[in-house]
Amino acid sequence: MSTPASSKPANAARPLSPFMIGPYYKPQMTSMLSITHRLTGLGLSFGALLLVVWLSCLASGPECYALIAPHLAAWYGKLLIFAFTWSLLYHFCNGIRHLMWDLGKGLDMPTAEKTGYAVIFASLGLTAGVFVLTLV
Amino acid sequence: MSYRSPLGRARGLGSAKEGTHHFWVQRVTAVALIPLVLWFVYSLAQLPSGSYEVVRWWVHAPSVAVTLVLFIACALYHSVLGVQVVIEDYIAADGTKIVALLLSKFVHAIAAVAGIFAVLKIALA
Repeated sequence: MSTPASSKPANAARPLSPFMIGPYYKPQMTSMLSITHRLTGLGLSFGALLLVVWLSCLASGPECYALIAPHLAAWYGKLLIFAFTWSLLYHFCNGIRHLMWDLGKGLDMPTAEKTGYAVIFASLGLTAGVFVLTLV
Repeated sequence: MSYRSPLGRARGLGSAKEGTHHFWVQRVTAVALIPLVLWFVYSLAQLPSGSYEVVRWWVHAPSVAVTLVLFIACALYHSVLGVQVVIEDYIAADGTKIVALLLSKFVHAIAAVAGIFAVLKIALA
């Protein structure tokens, strides 16, 4: 069974494509948006758990809700809600960009960069819009 | 020439016996979440306050409760698929990977059931 090939580790000195974050690739707007999509996605998974905790407290009664309501009104609670709002709207906008790619549209570099900037500005604009909506 | 049988090619499931199901459901939930996210963000921003009475009154409305259940279900389904891809991409050790995947699936299942139960409890109260 023993052959010269199998005595070496299976992945020894095999050429690998380097990870997009590291010394090999210059940071690009498109790759930064890609990793931001993942990071906001992970953050939103955590946010979904907090949403469930919030709803469970709401369902169990005023005593339980009174335990978390002060944290939501505190500065760090507001900051967290703001971060979740932008993350959700960023992931929303960039998700639509991904669905467009799935249809085979906008895959060339100039369009990908244009839609990338559109996602940045749209997510910030929508977040500002939500903030204004909470005031009126 | 291909070594695959015509039936195998028609099914298109490959050696993982799953085919494009994971990819496809990620997209189906993404499309469903487009209107649901807009509704969720707009509705919360519109609430006069985050007080116990106001939020209970909001969740209690049948149309809100139904849409909120749909939102929780789609968001957590989309989330469990996304977290799975991240775990599979970044955790190489098989043992750690399987434990992380199980943990993620269990936490997502508990969150989905608890979230939907909370909404129904308020709506049916």
